[in-house]
Amino acid sequence: MWLYEKKLQYPVKVSKCDPMMAKFLVEQYGGADGELAAALRYLNQRYTIPDKVIGVLNDIGTEEFAHLEMIATMIYKLTKDATPEQLREAGLGTDFVNHGGDLFYNSAAGVPWTATYIAAKGDPLANLYEDIAAEEKARATYQWLIDYTDDVDLQDSLKFLREREIVHAMRFRESVEIIKADMGQKKIY
Amino acid sequence: MSEEQQKQAFDKEAYQAGLKELQVLDFALVELNLYLNTHPGDLQAIQQFNQLAQKRQAVAQQFELQFGPLVNFGNSYSRYPWQWNETPWPWQV
Repeated sequence: MWLYEKKLQYPVKVSKCDPMMAKFLVEQYGGADGELAAALRYLNQRYTIPDKVIGVLNDIGTEEFAHLEMIATMIYKLTKDATPEQLREAGLGTDFVNHGGDLFYNSAAGVPWTATYIAAKGDPLANLYEDIAAEEKARATYQWLIDYTDDVDLQDSLKFLREREIVHAMRFRESVEIIKADMGQKKIY
Repeated sequence: MSEEQQKQAFDKEAYQAGLKELQVLDFALVELNLYLNTHPGDLQAIQQFNQLAQKRQAVAQQFELQFGPLVNFGNSYSRYPWQWNETPWPWQV
């Protein structure tokens, strides 16, 4: 069960209409290392992971939905006042003819989101290493996005998300150690 | 109060200040929650978590009295008429 809270995890402000930046931000909405993939990856893995780290996957997976909402808010605010002509100039013409003003889950290059972005190997360590890599890749993507805009308000929200990836990766690394310690104990019996 | 009057009465600055107060508390709570998931024996962190959770509850209650329900499905109260549908939604702020 999930509850919806009518607020963003962190404020999202943009200082101008910038559909080109929105096109790049879509990478974190429906891309391979984006927030949708992250949320679904962790929440899917939590059913079979050892009990001691279910909470880690459950809560980080839940937080990712709050990040997805922040990215969506950025994209929405950057494009809502754009004319069809401005969207076309920003490289969003093909999105406009298919989706109008709606958001859609695809990468910055226009590839629709696919479940193949999600790893589920039935092995706790393999899954957690995948999760650590996913967080590091998302962190790198946020850095490239921050470098690509001069909008300080937008940079502020993106920096918050970049820092969250670092914390998540840290918690996953600790989860690996917790599982390794448990495996070591079992060998004694 | 008519819908138009209600919109005029909506104090955007106070709303954003209230939201920020909640976001600050919630940030600390999310951080402590994730940390405690891998450090369940840290008593000091649990005490800090419980203190902040209590404070959070009071701040959220005050916010809801002024700006309406924060959480759906019966976790917040509503005045008449039904307040949950009312704008702004988070991406509109």
